[in-house]
Amino acid sequence: MNYELVIGLETHVELSTESKIFCSCGGHSAANEPNDCVCPACSGMPGMLPIMNKHVVELAVTAGLMLNCEINRYTTFDKKNYYYPDLPCAYQITQLNHPICTNGCVTLKTSAGTRDIRIKQIHMEEDAGKLVHGGKYSYVDFNRTSVPLIEIVTQPDFRSAEEVVTYLNKLKSMFRSGGISECEEGAMRCDVNISVRPEGSEEFGVRTEIKNMSSFEAIEKAIRYEAQRHMDALEFETEELVQETRRYDDASGKTMAMRNKETEADYRYFPDANLMPIIIDDEWLEEIKANKPAAVDEKAEDYRLAGISDKEIDMLISNQKISKLLDDIVAMGANPKDGAAWILTDCAGILRKDGKTLNDLVITAEKLYAVIRMVDNGDINRNAGKKILIAVVEQDVDPIAYCKEQGLDKKFDASAIEAVIDKAIAENPQSVADFKGGKVKALQALFGACMKELKGAGDPAMIKTLLEEKLK
Amino acid sequence: MNYYKTKIADGNIAVDDMILVKDAEASAGSKMLTGFKPLFSAEAVTRLENKGYKIAGKTNVGEFGLDLLGEFSYGAEAEGTLKGAAAEAVASGEVKAALAVDMNGAARRAAAISGIDFLKPTYGTVSRYGVISCAASGEQIGVYAQNASGVKEIMDVIAGHDEKDGTSLKNESYDYSFHSVSGKKVAIIKELVEKADDETKKRINAFADALRAQGVTIEEISFDVFAVVNTAWQILMTAETCNNISRYDGVKFGHRAKEYKNIDELYVNSRTEGFNFLTKAVIMYGSDVLSKNRYEACYDKSLKVRRVMAEKFEELMKQYDAVLMPAASQTAYEAYDIHEAFGKVFNESIFTALANLIGVPALISGGVQLMGKHFSEGLLLSLADSVERKGE
Ligand SMILES: [Zn+2]
Repeated sequence: MNYELVIGLETHVELSTESKIFCSCGGHSAANEPNDCVCPACSGMPGMLPIMNKHVVELAVTAGLMLNCEINRYTTFDKKNYYYPDLPCAYQITQLNHPICTNGCVTLKTSAGTRDIRIKQIHMEEDAGKLVHGGKYSYVDFNRTSVPLIEIVTQPDFRSAEEVVTYLNKLKSMFRSGGISECEEGAMRCDVNISVRPEGSEEFGVRTEIKNMSSFEAIEKAIRYEAQRHMDALEFETEELVQETRRYDDASGKTMAMRNKETEADYRYFPDANLMPIIIDDEWLEEIKANKPAAVDEKAEDYRLAGISDKEIDMLISNQKISKLLDDIVAMGANPKDGAAWILTDCAGILRKDGKTLNDLVITAEKLYAVIRMVDNGDINRNAGKKILIAVVEQDVDPIAYCKEQGLDKKFDASAIEAVIDKAIAENPQSVADFKGGKVKALQALFGACMKELKGAGDPAMIKTLLEEKLK
Repeated sequence: MNYYKTKIADGNIAVDDMILVKDAEASAGSKMLTGFKPLFSAEAVTRLENKGYKIAGKTNVGEFGLDLLGEFSYGAEAEGTLKGAAAEAVASGEVKAALAVDMNGAARRAAAISGIDFLKPTYGTVSRYGVISCAASGEQIGVYAQNASGVKEIMDVIAGHDEKDGTSLKNESYDYSFHSVSGKKVAIIKELVEKADDETKKRINAFADALRAQGVTIEEISFDVFAVVNTAWQILMTAETCNNISRYDGVKFGHRAKEYKNIDELYVNSRTEGFNFLTKAVIMYGSDVLSKNRYEACYDKSLKVRRVMAEKFEELMKQYDAVLMPAASQTAYEAYDIHEAFGKVFNESIFTALANLIGVPALISGGVQLMGKHFSEGLLLSLADSVERKGE
């Protein structure tokens, strides 16, 4: 019999905010040592009250817009009760009844064609801390406590492991380019709900949930293993499937049932009275929409049409700062493909010399465009442009002033160039004689003398033509 | 009587042990928090200190403020006739005023018994930053003083927006100035007076007579909502308290059991040893009303009752300026067994619960209680002031 795989996903994504969700401690990347990013609020001390970080709402709404969700204008927080040492208040603040986004949809392009995955909801919540086990004791690290997360819950719309991985990659590139999350190792965690049914059947099979996986590779393997286990159970009655929570063991490549709780956990959810409902009015929503980067796919498509290579598109999409810089100079008039080369090849090259990457790039769109424009207008050649760019990137100089100061713009004074050529001819009689005597190579020496005088600023083709004319 | 659990300095303000004063042990009357020294002071405390007031010390409270008026404070269980420590410190003149958290009526009962004033202000007017929070949706810092003008003096300092409390209202300050009460209408709630003893009834009548003498119209009315109001508040209060004190688990600070073999035993043993019987009863009750199959009938229903009762009371306040009622069923309590505490407090809270449930202000003066609509503190204080000064 042929079977169909039915998968739903819950994905937790750590948000890139400056501070935690309910206190002013630095976000997830601020900590170096255990517990050095902790205050009385996020360690559960009495007397402190949660204060909502507005930026978290904005990022969650942006994620919702990217996933074509309805944005709920009235959204509230609930408390989820359970005891665990990494949960300092013994409850997690999350959203149950009025999540911030609902009813979205994301379109996937896979080998099987395009597929729509419905998004059930996106809600905001705080992360828990971390337990570190060592010797006789276990230690608690609260750095991650109250780091903001969004949880994206899909409908059971995936039909293969490939679709799941495509979806996760898409989320990752969207969230990176949208400044929502860095999505680095461990910042995206998935719970996978999986069941199998005979092809054509409308009813769902017995569902199991594989908890807390972060590597896409492991997720894919876990789904394949679990799907096979379900199919074997149905086909060969190898075992009786039960609804349960399982975990994936990377070493053995198998999933296994987690400790069975005698009774189903009751988290006793109820509204958090310390956090007033959040109202997202039209004005705020418009502001968030205005700041939302163009959807990744659209953007990638635009770049592709402009002739930017796939490799460059990847670099741009994964770095919001850089893609914004490109968008800005294009808006000023730069050619997209050429602009991408200036950034991804020239700027990156300058930085690489100092062991830096594009993440360290500090340049305004105005200055970068000023350099590009001088080259495009033929005021200077590309080499001179590169020289100016180095000075801009390394010392943040004003490109036009620098160009004048260094005499790099001599080229566009035609009489100045002629004077340089005359000087070269006068100072190198031997080369002139050689050339006239038939040694074509001698022209190169004269050309070099001109370029030296022009400090590399001239247009080589033009200089060569002028030289040949003079020597006739 | 030893008023203080921790004496801090020669000062003029006492602070009850549910409110944090930096570096002064704050145990909330519980073994669970013995030795806990906060890293910061409550906003109300800081505002008073900034105006030159000095904190004299921390006064005992019953464990997490859950009892009648402070009788079950860890290590200081009361005997004989019960009194509230902060209320007595003010009544005796030891301090000018005291701050206390009003959550389930303990502070109001204590003021009524000690014969001083206590104001539970409108929810959201005084910052809850630095309160050892239990019932977040209805608790509020209030002020004990010898009289209405003493209450006003402190309220002028502590009320107003605080960005550290998400439930703090936006108003920067409030007008608590006194006005003439002549021509005002006050309703006596028949159902609550009937529940009180003769001595309490006498006080209600005396207070009503004194108001009449100031030109206030008094009417006795029926407003039979208090049993429902109280049940709703006890459900919300126990649920929120159960949740908020679940952080006291022996892991981070406070009491930790000496004997445990694993994390579950650490939790169970620490909490079994750390909480008294009343707190455990509240935890059981609160945890039950939040459970999956009870939530809708209990917690959710109570939230609806809160909305409906707020509307009903607002309707009533279109006809009257304030209501007059007892704060407790009797004028004195004797020490009793803690196993009876949950029921006793539940029954007594029928007099106080409305103000916590819907967030309106309540003022104790002359052993009786006045309530009015939101932000009517000025009027309540004016009514009490007119009686206290007898028209001087
Ligand atoms: Zn913090």
